[in-house]
Amino acid sequence: VAGGGRSGAPAAEWGGFEDNMQGGGSAVIDMENMDDTSGSSFEDMGEMHQRMKEEEEEEAEGEAGAGEEEDGEFLGMKGLRGQLGRQVADQMWQVGKRQASRAFSLYANIDILRPYFDVEPVQVRARLLESMIPVKMINFPQKIAGELYGPLMLVFTLVAILLHGMKTSDTIIREGTLMGTAIGTCFGYWLGVSSFMYFLAYLCNAQITMVQMLSLLGYGLFGHCITLFVTYNIHFHSLFYIFWLVVGGLSTLRMVAVLVSRTVGHTQRLILCGTLAALHMLFLLYLHFAYHKVVEGILDTLEGPNMPPFQRVARDIPVVSNAVLNTTAKAIALTL
Amino acid sequence: FPGLADVSISQDIPVEGEITVPVGSHSADEDYSTLDEPVKDTIMRDLKAVGKKFVHVMYPRKSSALLRDWDLWGPLVLCVSLALMLQGGSADSKDDGGPQFAEVFVIIWFGAVVITLNSKLLGGTISFFQSLCVLGYCVMPLTVAMLVCRLVLLAGAGTVSFIIRLIVVGAMFAWSTLASTAFLADSQPPNRKALVVYPIFLFYFVISWMILTFTPQ
Repeated sequence: VAGGGRSGAPAAEWGGFEDNMQGGGSAVIDMENMDDTSGSSFEDMGEMHQRMKEEEEEEAEGEAGAGEEEDGEFLGMKGLRGQLGRQVADQMWQVGKRQASRAFSLYANIDILRPYFDVEPVQVRARLLESMIPVKMINFPQKIAGELYGPLMLVFTLVAILLHGMKTSDTIIREGTLMGTAIGTCFGYWLGVSSFMYFLAYLCNAQITMVQMLSLLGYGLFGHCITLFVTYNIHFHSLFYIFWLVVGGLSTLRMVAVLVSRTVGHTQRLILCGTLAALHMLFLLYLHFAYHKVVEGILDTLEGPNMPPFQRVARDIPVVSNAVLNTTAKAIALTL
Repeated sequence: FPGLADVSISQDIPVEGEITVPVGSHSADEDYSTLDEPVKDTIMRDLKAVGKKFVHVMYPRKSSALLRDWDLWGPLVLCVSLALMLQGGSADSKDDGGPQFAEVFVIIWFGAVVITLNSKLLGGTISFFQSLCVLGYCVMPLTVAMLVCRLVLLAGAGTVSFIIRLIVVGAMFAWSTLASTAFLADSQPPNRKALVVYPIFLFYFVISWMILTFTPQ
């Protein structure tokens, strides 16, 4: 009976720390399973802590009783100091681990994005094909899948195609790097125009969320990818214009139709769709002319004192997207 | 710890015996022994681990050794050597269209991080650093291709050399993609493998593109 009482009190003293360890959040980068074989004392403390927990659980279940406590008494001074040292290290380990897990679950919690990546390959393929087919019914709201995997992959594909085009045309970028320009242009367009359209949609009372806008515009880049992939390799001017109208036009029509179906009022519909159509089509035009050697010699990049391409076509592009693209490209180039 | 609160030992009783804690002492001993060993042993052990992983990449079999003991030495060495070889043009050329060292470095690491995040978001079971390790090691065939390209370019820069370089880079690109797919795709749910393989394909495609279009100034 006395043994039972004695075992109760110290457990309560030290056990207070253990109670705070519950509820460890859902950090994706799991510290328990980290395969660092660093062998630091914290790792050892972690393993010891785990095993001690298991041992304590077994003790609680079993009938440990007096045998354990007698062993505890005869441990001696060395045993006492060793146990104290281990206990202190144990507490430090627990506190440190708790703080680190909390920090991780706060900042590195990519679980927030997980639902947007929950797709199957067939779904991605279906959505890619659908993005070229304009819907007919604009009287009730069309469904937009709020998915980010497809758009992200399409933006990266566009970057790759752009790089290919820039290299085959011997484009020389002066105040930046090829890669930086390509990434800056594509991501800048996707994120910037999405944000701008979301802002306009908010003003025009359209029923669309930010993720849906990102997804819609991202899938609209599929037409751009196809067009640029074909026309960067086959250098016919008229072919590009045909592709621009047909492919670019189809994907723009689809985006516009979906947006129209979610907006009420003629003026608002006109504003939204006009802006989106203009930006989308002009972006394709810009990508073709800025980063590709035009056969008729309009863009002669081999001369010495010429301006960099993306300054040259500044006159053709609306001020907004040009400013956005230029500042983004310069900022990215400076950081790279 | 039960029994800790009122343990009282009188000073004149000699306490003897062995204190063996079944858990901690083994790892504590190992810790001290690796501190005491000569530096050469430590370095050779790490080098052997890195070398073993290179062999695993060259003959991609499904083995867990690459995944279990990850390290980032190999990827660092490969990335630095690739970036150095891609440096190319002379230092004072104003219109340097080739990739700079920092650019290649950033592309490789940023691309690897994006692929890792993507595979984790798609429900993968592999950890962050394991994935970085695999992707970094699988850059090795492309580094070999870069070496071959530089040697071929020393001989001349005509159409024949371009065709040779194209074949070599294409083969190495396929090898890299297959090797990394062999390691990474198994950690995904089976119907989503294509979703994970595509970014890897794109990543190695961009690196191969940089290698193929490299021309020394």
